[in-house]
Amino acid sequence: MQASLKSKHTQPEVTWKSRFQEWWFRNRALIGFAFIFPWFAGFIIFDAAPFIYNLYLSFTDYQIGTVGTPPWIGFENYIEIFTDDKLFGKSMYNTVYYLGFSVPLRLIFAFLIALILNLRVRGMELYRTLFYVPSVVPLVAATVIFAGFLNTRYGFLNQFLVLIGATPVRWLSSPDAIKPSLILLSLWGFGGQMIIFLAGLQSIPGDLYEAAAIDGGTGWHRLLYITVPLMTPTIFFNLLLGLIGGFQVFEQVFILIGTNGGPLQAGLVYMLHVYNKAFRDFEFGYSAALSVILFLIIFVLTLMLVYTSNRWVFYGDAQDDEN
Amino acid sequence: MIEDPRTKMVRYITIYMILTVGAIVMMVPLFWTVSTSLKTRDKITIRRLELIPDPIAWENYPYLFEARPIMQYTRNTMIIVAASLFGAWVPCTLAGYAFARIPFPGRNIFFGILLATMMLPYVVRLIPLFLFFDEIGWTRTFGPLILPRLLGHNAFYIFLYRQFFRGIPEDIYDSARIDGCSEFGVWWRIFMPMSRPVLAAVSIFAFSFAWNDFLNPLIYLGSNKELWTLALGLNALQGFEGEDNSLNLIMVFSMLMIIPMLVVFYFGQKHLISGVTAQGSLKG
Repeated sequence: MQASLKSKHTQPEVTWKSRFQEWWFRNRALIGFAFIFPWFAGFIIFDAAPFIYNLYLSFTDYQIGTVGTPPWIGFENYIEIFTDDKLFGKSMYNTVYYLGFSVPLRLIFAFLIALILNLRVRGMELYRTLFYVPSVVPLVAATVIFAGFLNTRYGFLNQFLVLIGATPVRWLSSPDAIKPSLILLSLWGFGGQMIIFLAGLQSIPGDLYEAAAIDGGTGWHRLLYITVPLMTPTIFFNLLLGLIGGFQVFEQVFILIGTNGGPLQAGLVYMLHVYNKAFRDFEFGYSAALSVILFLIIFVLTLMLVYTSNRWVFYGDAQDDEN
Repeated sequence: MIEDPRTKMVRYITIYMILTVGAIVMMVPLFWTVSTSLKTRDKITIRRLELIPDPIAWENYPYLFEARPIMQYTRNTMIIVAASLFGAWVPCTLAGYAFARIPFPGRNIFFGILLATMMLPYVVRLIPLFLFFDEIGWTRTFGPLILPRLLGHNAFYIFLYRQFFRGIPEDIYDSARIDGCSEFGVWWRIFMPMSRPVLAAVSIFAFSFAWNDFLNPLIYLGSNKELWTLALGLNALQGFEGEDNSLNLIMVFSMLMIIPMLVVFYFGQKHLISGVTAQGSLKG
């Protein structure tokens, strides 16, 4: 090793390879830029430019026949949305209703089942798989399965209800049952969050529990003062993603009840309204304004959550790998 | 602590009761899917619960391939999957590597932008992108679906790579550089082989997001049946001809979409969690 180093020093070979490496080392900054270039190009084309253009569109009257520059109409789209659009309030109500149930229920189920699975008794791998598998089912497949499963006459659920002597429900064709059906479908996929919780639970150091046990802490104490505080970053993460996703719920509803939103439009969620305005009525400017409002709601909500998070999210030593 | 055996017994029974009931509830829709996919046409319209079909109609599976262009749907879907995997393997890993290891001016700003785009709802990009692709004549083609994927336009994957690469000890990196390995060489010879868990995890995400994508194919390919993906084909089967009498074929189609996902997750599951969470696993 020594010898080879020495010989390298006395006789610096100038080969194409070494020149290339030298060049490479000198231009690290350039190479760094080169490596992030594809992402950055994508960011400009698919994020930044559309975002700005969308904002611009929302102040115009861009419709299907519009040729050239769409006419600038200021805040007219927004005024119309807030004063004249009955479906705006309705779709917002439906969306908030949906996520008001589905997001907390998913979190609670996912957390409780993860807690039980983390007890490490025999057969847990099997149970973990069984709870997880439905969340792997592609959303389109899960939705058409539920369309059949909840079918009034031939679906499993009603046939089962009849079997046990209960009254069957028109799950997808009565205004009262549509939103619960959608919530049911979203609950079926709680396995993804459960796995994230499980990973978090398994990374809690065992000596914390031992210390608590020595101090005479009961199982309840351990849960309340060790597990839950240490899991708050994971809970926060799942809550944030759940809310952002919940506001944008679309595919399930589109497939399950169609673009009209079902009877009395009880299933018309916000994204469906945006979709209809853009791709059914071709009122792109108006639809862009609707999307900007949704963006602002999500943005403010995210900020509020992040801002209040330092009151209840425990970051302890979780941050030591940052910086 | 020694527990009273009887309390322990009660505890175990409660745990298994909860888990078993829960697991049955979760599996019933899937079981019903399999069962319905094997029912004959006249059996699906019987209004009585029949969990084990009699007779078992295996022929539903080959029949769906005759009735619908399944192979064409699969090919179209795989084109999108392939673009997605390429993006996840090449541009995303390079970017993740640069963010983790190459000091370049403005790196933190760029990384901040990357994180911000993870929070950007797709709804604000939907309409302008559609108008843009319509303007350049790319609607009704694969272009809008594969170009972003080929560029590795996914902040989440880059973020996961960056976290993982940061966990790879600096010493390994330094010694490789001292031995005259180029930046590209370090990425290819050291980081890639060490990063199997995160590569596997991101590959699973890339596969499943492309496989499951519905809204984008709907908007761009909805009017071009030649290029329909499996997701669009399944939706059409249930939406337009999905009267109750083709429920069995819908379930056959659903199974065709589910089984590859199960296979991918079965082989990738051990990497999935370690790849996403174990950025520190190599530290020790």
